Amino acid sequence: MDVKLIVGLEIHVHLATNTKMFCGCRLGYDDPPNTNVCPVCLGMPGSLPVINKQAYIHSVRTALALNCSITKFTKWDRKSYYYPDLPKNYQISQYDLPMSEHGYMDIPLGDGKTKRIRILRAHLEEDAGKNLHEGLGHSQVDLNRAGSPLLEIVTEPDLNSAEECRILAMELQKLVQFIGASHGDMQKGHMRFEPNINLHITEGNNTYKTPICEVKNLNSFRAVEGAVAYEEWRHLEEWKMDHDFVMEKQDKQNRGWDDVKKETVFQRGKEEAHDYRYFPDPDLVPVVIDGVWLEEIKSTMGELPAAMKERFISDYGLNDYDAMVLTGDKATATFFDDAVKAGAKAKIVTNIVTQYGLSIANEKQVALDQIGVSSAQVADLAKLIDDGTINSSAAKTIFEKMLTEDGDPKSIAEKHNLIQVSDTSALEGILDQVLADNQKAVEDFRAGGKKAPKSRGFLLGQVMQKSKGQANPKVVGDLLDAKLNG
Amino acid sequence: MDQLTARELRDKIAQGEIKSQDATQAAFDAIEKTNGNIGAFLQTHKEHALKKAAQIDEKISNGDAVGSLAGLPIAIKDNMCMDVGKTTCASKYLENFHAPYNGGAVEKLNQADAVIIGKCNMDEYAMGSSTENSGLQKTANPWDTARVPGGSSGGSAAAVAAKMCWATLGSDTGGSIRQPASFCGVVGLKPTYGRVSRYGLVAYGSSLDQIGPITKTVGDAGLMLGAIAGYDNRDSTSVPETDAPVLDYLKDLDKPIENLKIGVAKEFFEVDGLDPDVAKSVKEALNLYESMGAKLVDVELPHIKYSVATYYLVATAEASSNLARYDGVHYGHRTADPKDYIDVYSSSREEGFGEEVKRRIMLGTYALSSGYYDAYYLKALKVRNLIRQDFNHAFEKVDCLMSPTAPEVAFKMGDKTDNPLKMYLSDIYTIAVNLAGMPGISIPCGLNSNNLPIGLQIISPNFTEDKLLRIANMFESKTDHHTRFPAR
Repeated sequence: MDVKLIVGLEIHVHLATNTKMFCGCRLGYDDPPNTNVCPVCLGMPGSLPVINKQAYIHSVRTALALNCSITKFTKWDRKSYYYPDLPKNYQISQYDLPMSEHGYMDIPLGDGKTKRIRILRAHLEEDAGKNLHEGLGHSQVDLNRAGSPLLEIVTEPDLNSAEECRILAMELQKLVQFIGASHGDMQKGHMRFEPNINLHITEGNNTYKTPICEVKNLNSFRAVEGAVAYEEWRHLEEWKMDHDFVMEKQDKQNRGWDDVKKETVFQRGKEEAHDYRYFPDPDLVPVVIDGVWLEEIKSTMGELPAAMKERFISDYGLNDYDAMVLTGDKATATFFDDAVKAGAKAKIVTNIVTQYGLSIANEKQVALDQIGVSSAQVADLAKLIDDGTINSSAAKTIFEKMLTEDGDPKSIAEKHNLIQVSDTSALEGILDQVLADNQKAVEDFRAGGKKAPKSRGFLLGQVMQKSKGQANPKVVGDLLDAKLNG
Repeated sequence: MDQLTARELRDKIAQGEIKSQDATQAAFDAIEKTNGNIGAFLQTHKEHALKKAAQIDEKISNGDAVGSLAGLPIAIKDNMCMDVGKTTCASKYLENFHAPYNGGAVEKLNQADAVIIGKCNMDEYAMGSSTENSGLQKTANPWDTARVPGGSSGGSAAAVAAKMCWATLGSDTGGSIRQPASFCGVVGLKPTYGRVSRYGLVAYGSSLDQIGPITKTVGDAGLMLGAIAGYDNRDSTSVPETDAPVLDYLKDLDKPIENLKIGVAKEFFEVDGLDPDVAKSVKEALNLYESMGAKLVDVELPHIKYSVATYYLVATAEASSNLARYDGVHYGHRTADPKDYIDVYSSSREEGFGEEVKRRIMLGTYALSSGYYDAYYLKALKVRNLIRQDFNHAFEKVDCLMSPTAPEVAFKMGDKTDNPLKMYLSDIYTIAVNLAGMPGISIPCGLNSNNLPIGLQIISPNFTEDKLLRIANMFESKTDHHTRFPAR
């Protein structure tokens, strides 16, 4: 028996605009309920929608980043259903002419390879509000979120494991954050995932396809992976118990994810499915994309994370892991790139950024370019390490000082006596003193054998300590070897 | 004062000969005297209007600049949102709804220094041809109070005909300005779709709805159109001035169009149920134009016969969606003691909507339903394109088209309430114009043997309201139909 998991993902991405999709209300879901509302997003009689151009630009940029073709002519459609959080009882969306289609995304798999996931389409729509049920015996509706711009991205069913689903979700988050189309904050619900899942089970000459189940509204990467894995298990178990568990005999289901019990729960079957009665929204004119305008957007796209990662590997000689870490977000990638472009060695900048910069950024919960150290300063610091002016332990100290002190790394190094001493005459005095004070170690070294390297290290350490870390370890080592072997 | 046209009154106010406050007071006096019998007004805003009139009078006496309507008292159909009073759409559902904002046309009226005195009755949500579908009150035709004023802007037309004010605004989705203007013997202009902002106009059929004036004369319609026309960035379907500038509709009004070519479609005179008196009056009007040097040209409108069917798919489909928001959850009528949240919807709508509104919601919902969409809605859109093409082809040969506005004169109340199809045919001449988006005007062209007014419809190409008004004015200047008003 051969079992293949088939998953397609629908992803809703909240776009990082200042205002809502069809009116001028501020985006602020956490504000007191119903404070960011107006006649348009309240669905008042006589109100009319007007397109938010910035939302369209964000969508075009995202679609381009997903290698989609941008449709030259698109329109808006009304999707009708009744729900208290939907003020007009229809949602403005795009039905048969989405703003973009037919793209792909290459996702990295654990073995260093990538897998191409095709994108079916991406379209713009407005979000609904929120129903609150807080034990009042009645429900309340908060329409702050109603009308906020959403990009819905639909993949082809090219995903074949729960892990791949999680990776795609994470990569997509990285991408939309990188191009600034969305804040991609999972905690704030900026991204919601809905996997469509089934199994193709081959037994002998027969292939059984289990009925497609859609898990609604997953808002964490863990939930995506968990729900898909659970469904994979459940489908197989259901089919084993009853071979009629196939799509020819059972309808599509919508299911929800119970994050506490870690299982999916049945929500509704086909008989309860809506007839959305899509039709073109007569209040909005179709969008006709001007070629010049599209080229303008393309030209301001900048380099995407995948291309940047490739360049860091090929041009800067980074390994795959470092390149991935350094292209994790746009601020880090640009910061690193700028430092290298300022003439510093990529390897040294990598060490500074990954060892000091990112840990401080993480600690402070800010982007790398917000920690208070500039990429120019890091470039200078890397050059000081490279030419032997400072050693690596001094580099860490200088980096930390730069967070709070003004000045270039060199002046900070001077101020705090962190300049490396490479002058042999100055170091010889210290070395002689150390040799005189540690006869036992000197003898052990000279005796050779197992103890020798340890003794050498000890003596070296003593010199470093006496020089307050300023001695150039390489120079001291050479001197030491010359004296003891001489 | 009620003998004056809106333009004359406006000029006298602007010149300080008549005070806006006195004109406004005169309107309220007339309403008090007449509205009881006619029922044209759903609400009046006396205190607010007199205050506004006083402000304008002060501006005028100070020699300050005033807007183009300079203190003219006017009334609007009650489907235009205004932050004074209520916006009911003559529906029980919105009976107590206070709009929190002013629509585009209302804003324009305010900017033009009009004094809005109140809001007029209509068919509920503008769905109807007789104003009998009002959920709130009846409106009688001032020429014969046993008859309907037409609809859906019946209140707006009756208010002008009964001289309760000098001009009103109506809205026209399938004839709702022109047909009641015809029934009440006044002038009704539906501008080109996109000419007047729909922002704040409570939507019925969004791709068809257009606000326009109902007045005593063609010139008054030009004055009003000039005040309300123009681009509104809150209405994506309103047309930018760069594409179609708002014109001075009065500048050349009195200049006849030289070598006028009038298209006459035989389809318009082969309609079943065309009242012979109406046909006769319209033919006399055509003859008069001929005598002024115009040429009558036969044109063909082969798809026009599908207009009513097409309209009742497109308009009802849009309406079914536009009216979905009246759900008892957010504003308006909410049923008492609902069983569950589904019942909030169904009972609130059941109680809040009248029969015709429900009928059209059902029709539209059906037309958009999965499996029927292609056969009904999509096909209707295609026929709509063909109808538009018919007009465009005709306008390659002629300057305008002329027809009756309605196949008959005002009918008796109750005559058609049991037969919606018969009612729908009342708009047979006007509906195609909305489907095509073009401007159309109805002007009085005679009275029948029962002393009831007959309307002549003139249709012209998109954004040629200036020419349309000039053509209409040619007739008006040679006739006295526009000076006839019902006896008090």
